[in-house]
Amino acid sequence: MDLNFTKEELSFRDEVRDFFAKNVPAETKKKLTEGRKLEKDDIVNWQRILNKKGWAVYQWPKQYGGTGWTPVQKYIFLEELQRAPAPDPLPFAVSMVGPVIYTFGNEEQKKHFLPRIANLDDWWCQGFSEPGAGSDLAGLSTKAVREGDHWIINGQKTWTTLAQYADWIFVLARTDSKAKKQEGISFILCDMKTPGITVRPIQLIDGGKEVNEVFFDNVKVPYENLVGQENRGWDYAKFLLGNERTGIARVGISKERIRRLKELASLEVSGGKPMMEDARFRAKISQVEIELKALEMTQMRVVAAEGTRRDNKPDPASSILKIKGSEIQQNITDLLMEVVGPFALPFTDEDEAAGSNELPIAPDYAGPLAPIYFNYRKVSIYGGSNEIQKNIIAKAILGL
Amino acid sequence: MDFEFSEEQQLLKDSIEGLLGDKYDFESRKKFLASSDGWSREIWKQYAELGLLGLPFSEEHGGIDGGPVETMIVMSAIGNALALEPYLPTVVLAGGLIRRFGTEAQKNKYLPQIAEGKITGAFAHTERQSRYDLFDVKTTAKPSGNGFTLDGQKGVVLNGEQADFIIVTARVSGGQRDKDGLGLFIVDAKANGVSRRGYRTVDGLTAAEIQLSGVKVDADQVIGKPGTAYPLIEQIVDDGIAALCGEAVGVLSALTEATTDYLRTRKQFGVNIGSFQVLQHRNVEMLIAAEQAKSMAMLATMMVNEPDAVQRRKTMSAAKTQIGRSAQFVGEQAIQLHGGIGMTMELKTGHWFKRATAIDIQFGDADYHLEQFGNMGGFETAAQR
Repeated sequence: MDLNFTKEELSFRDEVRDFFAKNVPAETKKKLTEGRKLEKDDIVNWQRILNKKGWAVYQWPKQYGGTGWTPVQKYIFLEELQRAPAPDPLPFAVSMVGPVIYTFGNEEQKKHFLPRIANLDDWWCQGFSEPGAGSDLAGLSTKAVREGDHWIINGQKTWTTLAQYADWIFVLARTDSKAKKQEGISFILCDMKTPGITVRPIQLIDGGKEVNEVFFDNVKVPYENLVGQENRGWDYAKFLLGNERTGIARVGISKERIRRLKELASLEVSGGKPMMEDARFRAKISQVEIELKALEMTQMRVVAAEGTRRDNKPDPASSILKIKGSEIQQNITDLLMEVVGPFALPFTDEDEAAGSNELPIAPDYAGPLAPIYFNYRKVSIYGGSNEIQKNIIAKAILGL
Repeated sequence: MDFEFSEEQQLLKDSIEGLLGDKYDFESRKKFLASSDGWSREIWKQYAELGLLGLPFSEEHGGIDGGPVETMIVMSAIGNALALEPYLPTVVLAGGLIRRFGTEAQKNKYLPQIAEGKITGAFAHTERQSRYDLFDVKTTAKPSGNGFTLDGQKGVVLNGEQADFIIVTARVSGGQRDKDGLGLFIVDAKANGVSRRGYRTVDGLTAAEIQLSGVKVDADQVIGKPGTAYPLIEQIVDDGIAALCGEAVGVLSALTEATTDYLRTRKQFGVNIGSFQVLQHRNVEMLIAAEQAKSMAMLATMMVNEPDAVQRRKTMSAAKTQIGRSAQFVGEQAIQLHGGIGMTMELKTGHWFKRATAIDIQFGDADYHLEQFGNMGGFETAAQR
């Protein structure tokens, strides 16, 4: 048993850290640190910088542009990326549709889409959830009917993150309504410019508009945009949802936020002394820090075991990472809001004020803290709610 | 980065689990508990035969040169079986002080005898007013003849009643709460002026209140330089914390598994109660708490020999906090999910729960260590901009 990284791993970490220090655009980094929203360009520019370095799709197999890194290297990379902080490569493209295409897609699809995903030439969004299909995703009702060499798609998707930027959407659609609900679903790629697609933004409780409804009204899609086999889409969706396992705990981001929290707790004063010296508040920070360290260790155990796993199935322990990771992220955003006290209350609409906060006495850094708190309620809901994760653990690990 | 056991470590794990699996079933344990010692001298001999009692000692002192990982393996098995023998006070604490800081003569005198199972030891540090502060010591050590005379009272000394020797913390100089001025003294349990009142702790282990009245200790029975023992005390308590964390891993995984088994077999309303989602989720939360504790126990194990005392202590406090929180949560949930039967002495569940509760309290509970961790600045430093 040994906790230490090898010499090679340490020098890899230094290389990655150094690259991030020199190459993350200053404005992007500032937005991430302050908790402000990224623009499309922030993400596209950064992913192209990564792609130039050969790291945008680091987790893919080498033949499709991946790096061939070990699980430990991938872990280090992601930790450093989150710590920098730098944006994640667009998950809907890089972690979701990309692996589905290289695993189940045909040669043309691989040749056309994979390099464009790596360079973020196409912005992808995820057409899974529907108003009537949330946790019960397989109950979806968007239909694709084959007409000659086309699909005709009708229905509605929702919670579609950043669909306003998207060039393409991958859609789960029902293609056989007589089969068992999991067995009549297909995975179809769809150009967002196709006539009949309408995007309507949804404003969330933080005031932002990062998610959308996407309507399909007789949308005509070439038949060859089907990925894999007809009616096997549920398998591909399960593969996709289980695929993103390292980094799901977002330990690096939480560490970065704790450093930020401590910075603000030394600036903010309560009872005539810094919040950091308030025993009650400091105990709250300590508690979350300890849980985060435990989670980091749990994650390292999962990563180390991944190196020796023979099957390619996701480790059910990644459900633990998701649950604990989301709880910790939420806890920290709560403390970040608490630390500024009454100055968490003034609300500035980012769209109108372009990120600036011109209130007379509130510090600039206070503006985004309450919105982040509200926004981060999402992390225990998306990607399979924490209750669904507990169902998975009860079944897969405990055998209940 | 590697969390696997080596082949030798796996063998060690198999051998202690094999021994305890054969000899430490619930009924046997009841008999050991009811005996006058409160534990089994017969099993103690078998520990010696397996080399467990000399585990961390060097070969020349009758040991097998095991490290913290080996200790964790043994402690985890002890927690799982709820073994009652004084392994922690004898091998980890009293033996550990001599192993780490003793003179060659002290090592030769005590370690081989411990390894052979001939003597047991104890570490007496807690006082009525000290709570968990290791430096808060009223017991005095006054120079006399070629050595010292000890006077004072120690409480909740694990294995204090049966120990053949007791290592005592006492003040050579300074005020009651000074970190300077402390010493460590090896006291023969039969020495004049030592009186002991033994009892059981809530988890069934044995402990004692110890009165020291004019107890003479020769100079060659002093560990380290008198007056400068505080860092030594910190180190040995860190060893104790790491060992307790290992033991907790055994206890908490046993509690979680026992609860899962119960949910699978207990029928109400015509079905296994494990089919109810509210109970499934509670059991999952137990698993998560137990896994988080295990992760921190591993970290504590790998940091216990860290020479940078601040880094080491910080990690131990973090681990002990996590262990304490997890122990309370897992223990309470296990009782709740077992229902009435969980309340009885007839099931091991309640006994594990009591040990888990005692583990939280020993060497500082979760709240105490949470505060210590914060006082030492935590893991992350504030961002500078």
